[in-house]
Amino acid sequence: MNKRNLLDNLGLWTFRIIAYSVVGAVAYILLDIVVKGAPSIHWDFLSSPPRKSGAAGGIFPAILGTVYLTSGAMLVAFPLGMASAIYLSEYARQGRFTRAIRLAIITLSGVPSIVFGLFGLGLFVLFFGFGASILSGCLTLACMILPTIIVASEEALRAVPQYLREGSLALGAGPWQTIRKNVLPYAIPGMVTGSILGIGRAAGETAPILLTAAAFYLPRLPKSALDPCMALPYHLYVLATQHPSADQVRPMQYGTAFTLVAIVLFFNVGAILLRAHFRKKYQW
Amino acid sequence: MGLEPDAKVEEAGGEHPPALRATPFEGGLVGALRAIPFAGGYFRIAGASERGARLFFAACASTSMLIVLLIFLFLFKEAVPFVSKPGLSDLAGTRWVPVSFQHELFGILPLVLGSLLVTLLASVLAIPFGVGAAIYIAELARPAEREFLKPCIEMLAAIPSVVLGFFGLVVLAPLVKAVFHLSTGLTALSGAILLALMAAPTIISIAEDAIRSVPRSYREASLAMGATHMQTVWKVTTPAALSGIVAAVMLGMGRVVGETMAVLMVTGNAAMMTLSPFDSVRTMTATIAAEMGEVTFGSTHYQALFWVGITLLFATFILNMVAQRVLRKYQRS
Repeated sequence: MNKRNLLDNLGLWTFRIIAYSVVGAVAYILLDIVVKGAPSIHWDFLSSPPRKSGAAGGIFPAILGTVYLTSGAMLVAFPLGMASAIYLSEYARQGRFTRAIRLAIITLSGVPSIVFGLFGLGLFVLFFGFGASILSGCLTLACMILPTIIVASEEALRAVPQYLREGSLALGAGPWQTIRKNVLPYAIPGMVTGSILGIGRAAGETAPILLTAAAFYLPRLPKSALDPCMALPYHLYVLATQHPSADQVRPMQYGTAFTLVAIVLFFNVGAILLRAHFRKKYQW
Repeated sequence: MGLEPDAKVEEAGGEHPPALRATPFEGGLVGALRAIPFAGGYFRIAGASERGARLFFAACASTSMLIVLLIFLFLFKEAVPFVSKPGLSDLAGTRWVPVSFQHELFGILPLVLGSLLVTLLASVLAIPFGVGAAIYIAELARPAEREFLKPCIEMLAAIPSVVLGFFGLVVLAPLVKAVFHLSTGLTALSGAILLALMAAPTIISIAEDAIRSVPRSYREASLAMGATHMQTVWKVTTPAALSGIVAAVMLGMGRVVGETMAVLMVTGNAAMMTLSPFDSVRTMTATIAAEMGEVTFGSTHYQALFWVGITLLFATFILNMVAQRVLRKYQRS
């Protein structure tokens, strides 16, 4: 009996150590970035353009570029993703068309980000002639985060209990009326929180914008959607790997990394908290 | 007004708290339509809007298919001229020397091997940690612990890959160099460690779902036979969820194969035919990211990079399809 207890405890602790070591790794990485990055963060760093090829000055144009790219991508992907999810959850019947759409979404979610970059380069930059620009970058990122938004939105729609639909349909309402009045109001919070995760992903991606939108240094801020822009992840990549004196600009690198992580985690933690809030609010 | 379907819908929703009843879709176009004075016109428009809505949503949903088609189309469109000159057989070479004064070589085998080596190493590291953590979270952790562990792991998934790459470059690579007494820390191993961290959240969340969906009766039967909790986890629950766990690992590997920034920053980027984790390697993704910025559009080198992209696309496509098939089979049973 004792031997059994011992083995049981040993097993339990092995699994516990494994699980917490993953958490430990996360904590170590985040702490490293925060501890070494936070001292570089001050108003000047956030609000001025880089000087001396990134060795001094700030990262304001990169922050702005990331905001442009991310909000543009969301503007395209969010309505499209929500509408796709409404179709899949509310209208679609089992059949070849639905299967094909689902297959496409699964395929899209597995396409490597650099391949999205190649695709954006071929289609938006060259074929449509948008050039390396904010527009090309937004559209490429939108294609990339579309599956995330569809899957999250569909989950939110499916969480709305069936009897709300049946009640409405039984009273003679059409499907669209039912969706508009009895499904969407309850599903929208979940759809939005799920989509916030897409924002985090779009803000942090580097590979697609590397080929479609980003420039390391621009003397002026972009004037239109057809101008290229700077972006936080690309700025960090160049500072860390291409800069002639990469070791000396370490504080700038950590500062950029900190800003990027802060933006991404802000959206993610926000989404997690909102989700918990709405789960408590709507308990069917 | 009693004939108006909307009013009945409102009644149906009447049991809900008042705060929920106000829909965000009141007014606007819908309100304008409703304001049309004669009921007959309203009904005709309502019927049209029902059909229109269905069509609109179906069209939106098909954009995913369109994007997939365009991805394949445009990758091949840019890559195809390579077939006539210098010919597809060049891609099967063992040397990648895209820029040279005498003879350029576009053998993608070292890049494929580099991706393969890094992926396999990362899987070896990620499987015990990912599956172990999934088992712990699904079966052993107390609810409060689970509420803490799951967001932590979601946070790991949220860290941008370029930040992980930066961390690898500044912290991990010097560590690997010191521990293994190497001349450089920028090796396949450093890349694999980072990629294992990126694969872990995928593996953990999907494997956890798989383990949790094992029917309760399995556990109860095992416990009733006198097995301990640990024995039940090890001999009953985990084997029952095995196919889901396999799918989780495959989806994690799919993420690893396609990962770009982290490997670009820490694997050293030397296109070599090597199987040693302590050598620098160059993956397919890193090659595209590093070289696409410098090529002339339309050149042979440019086309070769698109072939690398196609190889990558098919590799991840096949991994994903097999994983989905495994998942579906296990969800049905």
